[in-house]
Amino acid sequence: MRTLYDFHGGIHPPENKLPSTTSPIATLPLAPLLHVSMAQHTGNPARPCVAPGDRVERGTLIGRPDGTLSAAVHAPASGTVVSVGPVVQAHPSGLCELTVTLETDGQDRRAAPTPLTDWASRSEDEVRAFLASMGVVGQGGGVFPSHLKLNARALETLVVNGAECEPYITCDDRLMRERAGRIVEGALIAGTLTGAREIVVGIEDNKPEALAAMQAAARGTRMEVVAIPTKYPSGGAKQLIRILTGKKIPHGVRSTAMGVQCFNVGTLYSLAQAVLEGEPVVSRIVTLTGSVARPLNADVPLGTPVDWLMQAVGRSADSDGVLMGGPMMGSRLPALEAGIVKATNCLIATSPALFPPPPLSMPCIRCGDCANACPAELQPMDLYWFARARQFDKARAWQLFDCIECGACNSVCPSAIPLVDYYRFAKSEIWAEEREKQAADRARARHEQRLARIEHEKALKAERLAQKSAAAKAVAEAVATSTTDPGKPPASVPVDSAKKAAIEAAMARAAARKAEAAQTQSGVSPEASANPLPPATPVTAMDPAKKAAIEAAMARAAARKAEAAQTQSGVSAEASANPAPPVTAMDPAKKAAIEAAMARAAARRAATEQKESR
Amino acid sequence: MTLLNALLLMAAVALILGAVLGYAAVKFRVEGDPLVEKIDALLPQTQCGQCGHPGCRPYAEALAEGRDTINRCPPGGEEGIRKLADLLNVEFLPYDGEVAPKLPALARIDEDRCIGCTLCLQACPVDAIVGAAKQMHTVIASECTGCELCLPPCPVDCIHMETVAPTLSTWKWQYPVVPLTPAPAGKRAA
Repeated sequence: MRTLYDFHGGIHPPENKLPSTTSPIATLPLAPLLHVSMAQHTGNPARPCVAPGDRVERGTLIGRPDGTLSAAVHAPASGTVVSVGPVVQAHPSGLCELTVTLETDGQDRRAAPTPLTDWASRSEDEVRAFLASMGVVGQGGGVFPSHLKLNARALETLVVNGAECEPYITCDDRLMRERAGRIVEGALIAGTLTGAREIVVGIEDNKPEALAAMQAAARGTRMEVVAIPTKYPSGGAKQLIRILTGKKIPHGVRSTAMGVQCFNVGTLYSLAQAVLEGEPVVSRIVTLTGSVARPLNADVPLGTPVDWLMQAVGRSADSDGVLMGGPMMGSRLPALEAGIVKATNCLIATSPALFPPPPLSMPCIRCGDCANACPAELQPMDLYWFARARQFDKARAWQLFDCIECGACNSVCPSAIPLVDYYRFAKSEIWAEEREKQAADRARARHEQRLARIEHEKALKAERLAQKSAAAKAVAEAVATSTTDPGKPPASVPVDSAKKAAIEAAMARAAARKAEAAQTQSGVSPEASANPLPPATPVTAMDPAKKAAIEAAMARAAARKAEAAQTQSGVSAEASANPAPPVTAMDPAKKAAIEAAMARAAARRAATEQKESR
Repeated sequence: MTLLNALLLMAAVALILGAVLGYAAVKFRVEGDPLVEKIDALLPQTQCGQCGHPGCRPYAEALAEGRDTINRCPPGGEEGIRKLADLLNVEFLPYDGEVAPKLPALARIDEDRCIGCTLCLQACPVDAIVGAAKQMHTVIASECTGCELCLPPCPVDCIHMETVAPTLSTWKWQYPVVPLTPAPAGKRAA
């Protein structure tokens, strides 16, 4: 018998789980359109790799992972890609994100499965890459890519989270009752990959059927299935670790550093499906409950629109909205046409009868009830005060980021203050500040590098100038000494004259080379090579060569002009016959474009000036 | 004798402490003005020059020397002024600059109209525009600070600013709006 520990705080809210647990996991009719989001996981959104018009089958890869902190996305049903673009998301913001919209054909064709049945003999890196390519992410709500969580080594305990403590949600309950075998297989795979010494499943004792099913499935394995007392939020990772192992994860420490890692039962199920069946994550169990005619759990293809699901279970006429997640931690969806994502564990149709509007808030009286209820052992009333006053540094110092937003403080507050809303606000402000700070640091570094570069270029230029002027000065001095001061020591004179001679020779050589080049181009190269120019008389020798070069250049220009005219007048056949370089044909066109652009700019400027003068 | 001993002891102690202090003054010498660094860390580093100084650091230096007031930075916004007021221990001042503060935006080059003149490349304070002479230019969106310094030099007006829309990862929860509780009618009368 395992010793269980208790965590601080916690509450016992009404469970409301019964209505949706009575019937087995259902399969609902397939929606005609599926909006499959590319941002279904923590990290970078996947990059879509299909185009509108593509035919896909169930399991076809439609989004490649972008980087390590990302996961793949697959087509949840066979059909045709209708569009790839921003579509509203199942997210409290109601923002749009890159989404692949599928039109389903109802034929349920399935892409060839690619299981990794020999995973035990593969390297851990291979298995992790395989999981990323199968889109396996944490289905408890965090949607953190599982392959990164499996990085852990030599774990003491692998904790399997079957607590499902939040009211209304029963998807893990039904999953454990009906598919316990697969969960156990997934847990054993994860346990092997992380080298866990023991695997412990924690299930709240309000789910006796799930407990029995899991215990039956785990018989004969090294897994231990433990019933834990029902208390919200025992399903929080840190809380469950505390209950099962007695370890408290301190602020700023990862659980793996303490030898524990926690996986949700849904995650392990999809992991086992991927490894053993080659089935990528294309659907999940969703609890559909609240103000509906037939509350149930259904295996829903990802991307199924929320309003389609709500219609399928008969959302009541007086329902005024839909919550994604539970009543404690979930949030109201602003757009019901959005498709469900891997994080959607529960959809609750709200109605004024089920969720009466909260009483108006009163001022905080610092009664401390929230601190007694807080499972993270924080001081919610202080955090509330700091968040309200925008003292984010203080909120941070009071360990705001240990808050799991469980909502226990909200529900015990006698003044009915929406505390978690303040914490969420403060957290997102701090994240935004952090992002801005990082951007500012990068900009500062780039600006400083630019200034340094400009400085360096300036210095180089100045150095070159100084060298040039020094050389000029030296030459001038030498000339001055050789002409005005004949009584100078004779040693410098030969040097000067030698230098002069050298310069002259170099100039002559350059002229000869130029002339030769011109002759080569104009086609009289044999003559030029036959007549090597005497270096002593460069000027006279250059004249005919230069003349020839100029003539050749003029001829070339004329030819170019003629050709351009021809090209423009449409006699392209002849133009292509002329083996002229393409640059010549492009020049007038580009010139015209530039002129047009400048004219446009001038016109625009004139217009704005007119507007301003008006 | 006792007096002499005491005097000698005190003198020795004074000498040792003096040596320690002197060594510390050399060893832990602070290069430059740390205040400028601190102010510069609070500025948004857009290098836009909208404060009237040729960049964020010159403005930080002006602030450190008391040559300017804290309310000149449009991209920093009210939050930035508040932080500067906290750091410099002065009163908060409402924004008073020449340019009206705008929403964060990124420059975007209309690539069909760009003639490849490189003038914007030279104007960008953070080298966030790539291109070469007679080649199309483009803005590296992740490095653009939205300073708008590339707009005036463009001879064909092919650069415009695009407001940054929030994404799922940059979206922020709003400040909770809590409805006020009206006082009961009876109490109000009394």
